[in-house]
Amino acid sequence: MSESIHIVVGPRVYVAVLLSLLGGTGITAWTALLNLGIWNPVIALSIATFEATEVVLYFMWVKYSPRLTWLAIAACIFLFSTLISLSLVDYMGRAWGNW
Amino acid sequence: MVSSAFPSAAAEHGEHPPYLLHHFQSVEQQADAANFAMWLFLLSEVMFFSGLFAAFLIYRNWYIPAFVAGAKQLNVGLGALNSGLLILSSFSLGMGVWSAETRRKSCLVLCLILTFVLGLGFLGIKSIEYAEKIEKHHFPGLHYSLSSFIDPSSDQAVSAAGERPLPLDMARHTELYFSLYFAMTGMHALHMIVGMGILAYMILRAWGGAYTSGHVTFVKNFALYWNLVDIVWIYLFALLYLVSRH
Repeated sequence: MSESIHIVVGPRVYVAVLLSLLGGTGITAWTALLNLGIWNPVIALSIATFEATEVVLYFMWVKYSPRLTWLAIAACIFLFSTLISLSLVDYMGRAWGNW
Repeated sequence: MVSSAFPSAAAEHGEHPPYLLHHFQSVEQQADAANFAMWLFLLSEVMFFSGLFAAFLIYRNWYIPAFVAGAKQLNVGLGALNSGLLILSSFSLGMGVWSAETRRKSCLVLCLILTFVLGLGFLGIKSIEYAEKIEKHHFPGLHYSLSSFIDPSSDQAVSAAGERPLPLDMARHTELYFSLYFAMTGMHALHMIVGMGILAYMILRAWGGAYTSGHVTFVKNFALYWNLVDIVWIYLFALLYLVSRH
């Protein structure tokens, strides 16, 4: 296993991420109160994904982690996406025309 | 003179920190191995929660009117407040890790206590929400009540929002929404409770001077766990509270 360079993340980065996450939460809650049709779930899930990415990169230090960690996370996201999309395709295919 | 093929105990325990285990070459290698093992555990947790998320997405697409009516029973303000508390707790834990890395004992203890208090606040708000659902008989089971959905005038909040009644067969599926709501948020709360038990242990150890002597692996790995719980909530908030309101 290759050894990583251990970087100490300072308060400035944590504060910047905190403000971004709180802002994102506020925007998501506000847009949910507006009727934007099909864009409501798109906006809510896009902001949630952006927030989750920030948490993973900075609060979980993946930005500064070895490539092996990146590979494991990428494999997990690939497996997760495959399982979810195949399950949804199966259920949508069975009830075709009833959506 | 008898010579041994094995190095003496003195040589083996020579120049290395007491927390470096013998099967590792360096502290960095030990930390990397522990960090990677923690990531594998967290990724198995992601796969566990993904089953619940998949079930939610499938049933939501089948019974959208029931899921919209169920979501409108949730309080967005309380959900947003809980999101804020969890994000703040992730921040305070991040500051705790920084304190441990820079060997600031008092700051570390303070950050851990703050994280614990914020976690307690989250569970407190969650219990208020659960109590309201139980009071309105929206907990799945024998006593589940459909009255809010088939007769909106019986529920002051639903009536004030001008909601239309659901047909009986669709209203029955609101129980499915609340089954998933309690399963997902309950499993998340269970992870929080486990995390807070570990946090209490860490506060006591940090008070005694642990984690500020250069060995921060335990604190960092716990922060990874806590932040994953935070990420799960970010998606729970979006899916359960927000996407089905219109």
